[in-house]
Amino acid sequence: MIRDSLVGSRIRERRVMAGLKQAELAATVNISASYLNLIEHNKRRIGGKLLVDLAGALGVEPSLLSEGAEAALIATLREAAADAPKAEPELDRTDEFAGRFPGWARLVAERHQQVQSLERTVEALSDRFAHDPHLATSMHELLSMVTAIRSTAGILHESKDIEPEWQGRFHRNLNEDSQRLADSAQSLVDFLDTTQQDTTRGTSPQDEMDAFLKEQSYHFPALEQSGGWPDQIIDATTTLKSTAARSMARHLLATYQRDAQAMPKHVFLEAIKDIGVRPDALAQRFGVSLPAAMRRCAAMPAEDMPMAVGLVVSDGAGALLVRHEVEGFPVPRFSAACAKWPLFHALTRPMQPVRATVEMAGRDGLQFDCLAVAEPVGPVSFEKDPLYQASMLILPNDEKSNEPRLIGSTCRICPRRKCQGRSVHSILTDGI
Amino acid sequence: MSKRVLLIEDEPNIIEAISFILSRDGWDVCTHSNGHDAVDAVLRRAPDVLILDVMLPGRSGYDILTELRANSETQALPVLMLTARGQTKDREMAERAGASRFMTKPFSNCEVLQAVKELVAS
Repeated sequence: MIRDSLVGSRIRERRVMAGLKQAELAATVNISASYLNLIEHNKRRIGGKLLVDLAGALGVEPSLLSEGAEAALIATLREAAADAPKAEPELDRTDEFAGRFPGWARLVAERHQQVQSLERTVEALSDRFAHDPHLATSMHELLSMVTAIRSTAGILHESKDIEPEWQGRFHRNLNEDSQRLADSAQSLVDFLDTTQQDTTRGTSPQDEMDAFLKEQSYHFPALEQSGGWPDQIIDATTTLKSTAARSMARHLLATYQRDAQAMPKHVFLEAIKDIGVRPDALAQRFGVSLPAAMRRCAAMPAEDMPMAVGLVVSDGAGALLVRHEVEGFPVPRFSAACAKWPLFHALTRPMQPVRATVEMAGRDGLQFDCLAVAEPVGPVSFEKDPLYQASMLILPNDEKSNEPRLIGSTCRICPRRKCQGRSVHSILTDGI
Repeated sequence: MSKRVLLIEDEPNIIEAISFILSRDGWDVCTHSNGHDAVDAVLRRAPDVLILDVMLPGRSGYDILTELRANSETQALPVLMLTARGQTKDREMAERAGASRFMTKPFSNCEVLQAVKELVAS
């Protein structure tokens, strides 16, 4: 009998990847669906003939189930194959390759991820040079100053009979413009230096922010008391390197500080003990907005909370601005997130809270209670249409619902075949 | 009576330098420095030639020119557009908006003077 406690998880993973229902696979190997369910949740040990039969039904080597070749590794190998179709990789033997040569497989996967990262960097830089508003504005200012200097110098040189008053004024302008030109040129060099550092690091400002927040466990003790300053925290970290990331962090920490003042930590934790992680009730108790109460729940130290808490925030275009993950609920970094997340549902009905129990696609099929709401950004006015931002609190749901909303992380790696929200085919079910 | 030039530009020292050059050459120069009410300024001043910067606070030069071309009073007004970007697509945008001439910064005093004279003559 195999002792590896993850055999069941691997069977489930392979079954989901193959698009089979539990009952279908169970029938193929002549066992009940409930017994297979126990196996898949690692509650029954498995070995011998049943393991061989299951491996046969799933079309993989038994060793892949008993020893494991991670699904993530296989998925990455398939992505690598998709990017190089001319090499004609043997897609039907990806599992075998990963199982028989795990070291080589990891090497290929790592190289592929590195190439992807570099491609993203090139794309980001190219986009930045073409569309970066700071760069465009700086260049325009620089050329305007050069134009002013050139015209003024031309007047002083060419006009022999210029009045002393005008002469004095143009000399002063020349001096001012040359000083501004020097400052702007220095600022532009600093900007380009930062760009170069970003290239070396291969990350975006959002990635820097995510790393910074994760490193701090999403909690900032210095901002819990009066007298703490966001800039001191930003200056103390080496994770936030680009100007853009530091600016994003400054904005986020200022919001954190306002939330901490409105909902002091010890009082907030007491309230959670009293009424639970219920952002609507917490918002009412503290007289704050629902998104503020959600942010505060996600900012509490994990050890002080009765459960794990995740938070995602999106703008009206669906770009994820905050990616505070909770185990089992992966938030995509590069692709668009699953359209079936309640977060996006909330954007379609602003100001109305949305709640849904969801089941995340994946090996464990974990369920979560998602609470979302979309609210206007900044003050509202009759003069312009508001922009909305949606926040969604993610809470693990141990009491399994029979009718959860089936969601994924992102279409490309989601195994759910019949999904109305699918925007691109999945490499897990349809191949590459 | 001297011809009138309206210069719409937000950089004060460029305004001063170009105003000086054109005034010395006998032009009646008026200036305006933002995009918000630039169209009103054109209608109010009724210039013979308009020098229009592309990047202005409040509104882009392209938008302003498009509105001017849609107005019968300013449909035929000669317009020299100034921009810091000299790429083909910027020229195309200026042409589409209805610019009579397009000049890339930094330019020389002679070039501006010459362009304004040619626009009035044409």
